Amino acid sequence: MREWRRVIGGSTEGRREKEQQRGDAALWSKCPKCGEVLYRRDLAANLDVCTRCGYHFRMNAYDRIASIADGEFIEIGQDVVSSDPLGWSDKKTYPAKLGADRERSGVSESVLCGFATIGGFPVALGVMDFHFRGGTMGRVAGERITLLLEEAERRKLPCVIFAASGGARMEEGMVALIQLAKTTAAVARFMEAGNFFMTVLTDPTTGGVSASFAFQADVIVAEPKAMIGFAGRRVIEQTIRQRLPDQFQTAEFLLEKGAIDMVVDRRSLKDTLVRLLEYTRHDTKAR
Amino acid sequence: MSNNIIVEREKGMAELERRIAELRAASAAQPLDMSTEVAALEKKYREILQELFGTLSPWEKVHMARHPARPTSLDYISRFDRFDELHGDRHYRDDPSIVGGFALLHSRPVIVIGQQRGRDTRENLRRNFGMPAPEGYRKASRLARLAARLGLPIVTFVDTKGADPGISSEEHAQSEAIASCLQAFATARVPVVATIVGEGGSGGALALAIADHVMMLEHSTYSVASPEGCAAILWSDAGKAEEAAARLKLTADDLRRFGIVDEILAEPLGGAHRNAADVVVRTLAAVDAAVARLSSLPVERLLEERYRKYRLLGEWQDERLKPIGKSH
Ligand SMILES: [Zn+2]
Repeated sequence: MREWRRVIGGSTEGRREKEQQRGDAALWSKCPKCGEVLYRRDLAANLDVCTRCGYHFRMNAYDRIASIADGEFIEIGQDVVSSDPLGWSDKKTYPAKLGADRERSGVSESVLCGFATIGGFPVALGVMDFHFRGGTMGRVAGERITLLLEEAERRKLPCVIFAASGGARMEEGMVALIQLAKTTAAVARFMEAGNFFMTVLTDPTTGGVSASFAFQADVIVAEPKAMIGFAGRRVIEQTIRQRLPDQFQTAEFLLEKGAIDMVVDRRSLKDTLVRLLEYTRHDTKAR
Repeated sequence: MSNNIIVEREKGMAELERRIAELRAASAAQPLDMSTEVAALEKKYREILQELFGTLSPWEKVHMARHPARPTSLDYISRFDRFDELHGDRHYRDDPSIVGGFALLHSRPVIVIGQQRGRDTRENLRRNFGMPAPEGYRKASRLARLAARLGLPIVTFVDTKGADPGISSEEHAQSEAIASCLQAFATARVPVVATIVGEGGSGGALALAIADHVMMLEHSTYSVASPEGCAAILWSDAGKAEEAAARLKLTADDLRRFGIVDEILAEPLGGAHRNAADVVVRTLAAVDAAVARLSSLPVERLLEERYRKYRLLGEWQDERLKPIGKSH
């Protein structure tokens, strides 16, 4: 088994320091939906949901973990670090892009995986972060998610993955795309062994991630107004040469079309997950 | 769409081909011996052919893979001993951009599934340029499950620029359709052999390409996104597609090196369409050999090896693929 790291309270010291260094600029955030200027601390207390209009900001993975886990998050796979399989370079080299995103986002890659309890239920938890390379799936994300599912299968734990992704990562080419095959195989094994798999689709969940584990779950939950789909909105608009209605590809649209199970406000998400997890404990610890 | 650079090059060759044919005819009709001239022209022709098509850049291969005369899935499927097409996803409609059904390959019953682009404008419109809708992937999943239940090997032919990006495809949950198709192939308890015969574009191609043995024609391409799509995503400029093609590592040689492709099938100089009959026969022989080898494995071992193959992809020993920098 790989080396484990503990993240207490779902946040790292390094990240807190960085936020302090940013100073005043980090104190306020403007809601992109209603324009309200929000005090960062109030916003955080409200789980990054606009206190005025309910807009769900894209969440940092550590904040997400803190909002869902009871306390401790034991990360696995953090020693799976990026490589540069194609030797990619355009305006910047790929390693330079990764370095910049690590710095900016405070996360080591587009997904963090580990174990935690949610309302007392031990679960395997994966959380994607759109701030790192648009949450794209590359070799690291594929490997971490596979490790998570394999370890969850060994421990017979339910698995919950929060998706936030623009799809497969271009700079890793086919090496990125093939990760969808790898995670698919791991999901299939995990589920066939009788384990419960749940995904929470957050804004945005598109492309290869959407077309693989995000939609392979037993139960699919989405956050309000999250954009979810296979093709990006721009691509579709270019193809059909007309503007799409605002509602198109939102969580609510998918619910109506029968593609997902429920749309849940972030502020009641943890309670919802706990309720659902209660159905998986029939064999043990019955009250 | 005839902005195909290979087609343009062939137009230049056509004049030379015509002159050789004329000279040959004249030489046969006249008492005058013109065989030296014919031989010289033919030599020149072969030299030009070699120069034009001997080594193809990734971008040239993208155009070769999209060549309108390149053999399509049905060109292969129609050369099986028998093919009985099955239709429909059992939910909504039949998607003509994926064809599939029962077939006999060298007398062996199989399920064959392929993405089918049109061979002319009319057919392209009917087959949505080979871009499958969710109904196509649901048909493929259904056929894969059928194959597994009957114990029939699955043979696929991949040729798509990608899954259909349209309104109704989104309304009918394209993501779910592809995700389920990936699962059906990952778990099918029968041998799966996939051949990328043209363009293998992103998740829409992968949906038919999770296989125990993946083959690729020499000039086919297989990539995370089309070069145009990649350039649009990264640089907001689809015009930089040639540059994207060079960077994406989408050729058969690249993918063989990554272990994503297991076997490369050679093409005649100038591309598969220059001797389609031969390419089809050799491809079917290679498919048959792979199916025969895989069929001899116990099913548990087959599934374990398929899992391990994908499990280990991305975890190479290659020096160039070593991790860079440490995460913190
Ligand atoms: Zn607001």
